[in-house]
Amino acid sequence: MSNSRRYASFMAVLFLGFFMCGCATTAVKALETSESQVKLRSMQTRSFDTADKKRMMQTVISTMQDLDFVIDKADLTLGSITGSKYLGYAIVTMTVTVRPRGEKQLLVRANAQYGVTSVDDPATYQDFFVALEKALFLTAQQVD
Amino acid sequence: MRKTFLFFKVFIVLFVCLGLFGCASVPKGFLKIDEKSLEKRQLQMRQYDTTNEEQIITSVAGVLQDLSFTLDESESELGLISASKAASAVNGGQVALAVVADMLGALGGSYSNNVSRADKEQRVKASVIARPSLDGRKIVVRVTFQRIVWNMNGQINRVETVNDPEMYQKFYDGLSKAIFLEAQKI
Repeated sequence: MSNSRRYASFMAVLFLGFFMCGCATTAVKALETSESQVKLRSMQTRSFDTADKKRMMQTVISTMQDLDFVIDKADLTLGSITGSKYLGYAIVTMTVTVRPRGEKQLLVRANAQYGVTSVDDPATYQDFFVALEKALFLTAQQVD
Repeated sequence: MRKTFLFFKVFIVLFVCLGLFGCASVPKGFLKIDEKSLEKRQLQMRQYDTTNEEQIITSVAGVLQDLSFTLDESESELGLISASKAASAVNGGQVALAVVADMLGALGGSYSNNVSRADKEQRVKASVIARPSLDGRKIVVRVTFQRIVWNMNGQINRVETVNDPEMYQKFYDGLSKAIFLEAQKI
């Protein structure tokens, strides 16, 4: 009996330990990302063959609206647009930035958060760029 | 001995479940465009026969104020205005149902408090974009609404996009009036 009790307390401590470490949020963890900086940029960024920043931003806004986002903020000078989408059980927030790349191209970068989790699934970003492409009648090019 | 083992099994299963839910993963495909997007566009968009973007955007700000929204953010060069308002979300029918359910529960000898889970408050967010149409001869206005609903306990009951046609109709009725009023300098 004393053996099983020892086993019990060991298990309890073990599980408690798991829980405290498993989902721990410390200040430093807030800046942690699961992917490398380069990989993140490559999945979140596409370039487009146009230099019309304003039109690009307006198209990004309407694409985001098509995807049920409500636009919270936008700034033409910075080229940034932030919106949120309410899914009934979670809030998705996304920022899209548009900046020039050389004379004839624009770089569009999107990063999204699902609740408290950063989205780092390439397919999700691909979905967004496919929607944007359709709205723009332009092809999104992978940036190396 | 047997009992302790059973206890452990339950304990482990419970914790594994909690762990799985606690760090729930991100679902896929929430940025995929669906067939309904065209339908939604029709609901959310109107065109105005003018090229005066400034007039439209000031009218939009006016109508949002008429609907007692406060403006949170704006970028006039992109034609964006975002606004929000708090409102009551108490639904007589829902509360009555909850009261009846609670009373039935009490009669049956169990305690329930459905009333505290009924909707109480909501925060509605609106964002409006006004921009020239592709041919440049019209101004296209598009509004989208979202809301967060809290219950009597102060917990969030749900967050959602508002797709009620009446809401959009009300906004555009107001906007048409506001454009007229502002043209008459009232």
